[in-house]
Formats: sequence, structure tokens, C-alpha cells
Amino acid sequence: MRRRGVDRRPHDPEELVLYTAATTRLLAAAGESGGGFKAPTIAEFFPGVIAFEGTLFEFNRIMLVRVIGAVALCLLFWAASRRVSLVPGRGQGVAEMALDFVRVNIAQEVLGKDSRRYVPMLTTLFFAILAFNITGVIPLLNIAGTSLMGLPLVLAAWVYVVYLAAGVKAHHGVGAFLKSNLFPPGVPPVLYLLITPIEILQVFLFRPATLAIRLTANMIAGHLLLVLSFAATQFFFFEATGAIKAIGALSLAAGFAFTLFELLVAALQAYIFTLLAAVYINLSTEAH
Amino acid sequence: MSALSTVGAVLAAKGSGEIDGIRLFVPASYDILWSLVVVIPIAILFYKVVLPKFTAVLDERTERIEGGIAKAESAQAEAEAALARHTQELAEARAEAARIREDARGEGAAIVAELRAKAGADAERILETAQRQIEAERQQAVVSLRAEVGTLATQLASKIVGEALDDQVRQSRVVDRFLDELEASITADAGKGK
Repeated sequence: MRRRGVDRRPHDPEELVLYTAATTRLLAAAGESGGGFKAPTIAEFFPGVIAFEGTLFEFNRIMLVRVIGAVALCLLFWAASRRVSLVPGRGQGVAEMALDFVRVNIAQEVLGKDSRRYVPMLTTLFFAILAFNITGVIPLLNIAGTSLMGLPLVLAAWVYVVYLAAGVKAHHGVGAFLKSNLFPPGVPPVLYLLITPIEILQVFLFRPATLAIRLTANMIAGHLLLVLSFAATQFFFFEATGAIKAIGALSLAAGFAFTLFELLVAALQAYIFTLLAAVYINLSTEAH
Repeated sequence: MSALSTVGAVLAAKGSGEIDGIRLFVPASYDILWSLVVVIPIAILFYKVVLPKFTAVLDERTERIEGGIAKAESAQAEAEAALARHTQELAEARAEAARIREDARGEGAAIVAELRAKAGADAERILETAQRQIEAERQQAVVSLRAEVGTLATQLASKIVGEALDDQVRQSRVVDRFLDELEASITADAGKGK
């Protein structure tokens, strides 16, 4: 099984959340006595509307960040592919290495010989997610484009449609695909009572849902951590009195460390999302 | 999932009632729309521009490398063929040279033999001519000597005998008899000498 990628994540949202929760309460308690500390809330993810309020095109800060991220990514790759030559220069070398990472280490590793067809999708997924994750630690942008459910959900829906279509095509028909995926052979028929409902949930609900939720939750947790660290630093430095000010150095260091950590998480989540997309395609296309 | 529910719970608690925590996981329509707006151009860029270009370059590079290897192999084969050809030609040339040398040697020997034979023939012919000439000169000398000796002997005899041997016929007869005797004695001497 190649699903190991899921278990490999060193970043357990539960731990982070608990940490966040505990710290928040502590700081909130401190804040009550100091009077000025504002803990981050989920209002962070619903900033004020910039334009088109109340319409389908409602535009806020996170949408702006997404647009900036997309434009930056497009410009970067457009510039890299403008002058591709047989003998690569430095920029092209880096671009080729990045593209090869998806093509070789994800697509070929998981999908083997029929990986070529899915390379464009996996490459788009990886670099789009990476770009929108990384905005979370870029100064002035400071929020991941993927920290709102919409984007991860759109990407997960894309993967969902592709792996279902690939499965149906590979098994030459919906019936054969369902039979292969929901009634795995080599199992005593009685166990189908147990396995089939689980498999139905897996194939039709859990796979796309976990793809989207894992990414969003990671980005939300990361953003809250950073906001918390820096809000606490601000509070300790400018509103706390006496020796408590010194704690601000600690929270500042934590903020710095979490920024680096979020950089890692951004890359890791892009990798996991893309790897799982490839794994799901592989699971639905291979004959059981 | 429990992690996520915890996130939800914490966030809901912190939401202070203003924003429902579930909104984090139920996207608004504008969220979906702007997601599509940013993802579709990226997908188009990768599908239509970036990957085709890089794939083309990768394929071309592979092709070049394979072509280079094939070319090197064909060049090597060609070189080997040329080497074999040259070796063969060299051997042929050597054989040819040996044959020519052999021929020349034989021809030289033939020429020498021919020249020798011709020289021998020439020498023989010259010798024969010389002998014939000598013989002729001898004959001539004999004739002239006979006449001379006859005249001298007659004069001498006339003086000695006091008798003129004027008579032509007699004179001639005497001389001939003398000479015949002389010749007989010479021949006898020659026969003894042998």
C-alpha cells in the first residue's frame, strides 16, 4: 500500500489544536487582568468585504490573496517556460527539478506506466496548493488561500471526478468498477455486509472529504497558531507590565519557529494532497 | 476526524457567537467561485503551456541522447569496417608487392640469360668472322708469297746455276715443284709437331 503518506505527517492537527486551545485560555486569562489581549477567532477567515458585497462575486481579503498567489504562480511558471531549451539554464533547471518531483516522485511512483495522462492534473494540484498554502507565511499576505474550504473542496471535487471516471474507464463500465471497488474478491461473502458499506463511504465520501478537510484544517490551525503567537507578543511587549514583558520574547521565538514550521506544513500538505490524489486514481483503476 | 471536530469545537467556542464554526467547512458560494477563478487559469497554464513545453524539451533531450548513442554506435561500426577494409587492403598490397618482386626477379634472370646468350652468340659470330678473315688473309698471303718466293727463288737459282730460266714454262714448273716440296715438308713438320 502506498497510503503511508497519510500516516507520515509529523503534524498532528489535534495536538496543535489542543496546544492552541490551552494557550488561548491561558492568554485569555492573562488578557482579562491586562485588559487588552484579543485572541484570534474564526472571524479571521471571514474578513471584511472589499467589493461586490452580497453577490456571487463577493470579494474579500482572502480572495485577494488567492488572486495574488495565482498571478505569482502563473508568472513564475510562465517565465520559466518562456525560454525552455535543450540545455537548461539555472532557472529552467530549478523548474525542471520541481516538475520532475511531481512527475517522477508522485505520478510515476504511484501510478507507474499509465502516469503520463495524470501528470498535468497532479502538477497543477501540487503547485496550486503549494502556492496558496505558502501565502500563509508570506508577510503582508499572511493567510493561506487554502484556509477557506472552497478552494480545497474544488480541488478535491476535481480529484473525485477524475478518479471515478478513471475507475469506470479502466473497468470498462460502472458495474465492473463498483463490483471491483465495493466487493473486493477473496473475502468471505458474509463480510461484504461489513466491508461494502465501509467501501461505499470510502469511495464516495471519505476520500474527497478528507482531502479537502485535511488541507483546510491544517491551514486554519497554522494560521491561528501564528496569529496567536504574534498577538501574544504584541500584548506582552506593549500592554503587559514588569517581568511579564519578558514572556514576549518567548512568544516571538515561538512565532518565528511556527513560521518555519508552517512553511514545512505548506509543502507537506501539497505533497500529501497530490500523493493521495494519485493513490486514489490508482486504487480505482487497478484490478483487485 | 476527532482532530477536526476538536478544531471545530474550539473555533466555535472562540467564535463568540458571531460566526458559526461550521462556516469553516461549508464554503460560501463566493468562496467556490473565487476558487474556480484562480484554479482554472493555473490549470490552463499547466495543461496548455508549461507541461507541453517541458515535456517537449524532455522528449527532445531523450531523443538526442538516444540519437547520439545510436550515432556513436554506427560510427564505431563504420570505423571497425574501415579498419577491416584497410587491413585487408594492406594485406593485398603486401601480396601484390611480393608478387611483383618475384616477377621482377624472374624477369631479371630471363633478361640476364637472354643477354648472356646474345653476347655468346655475338662473340662466336665475331670469332668466326675473324677466323674467316684470317683464313682469307692467309690464303692471300700464301698466294702472294708463292709468287714472291717463286720470283726470288728463280732469280736466286739463276744466279747460282748461271742458267737463265727464262723459259716461262720451265720456270713455272720448277717453282711449283719447289713449293710443293716445301709445302710437303711443312705439312710433315706440322704433323710431327702435333
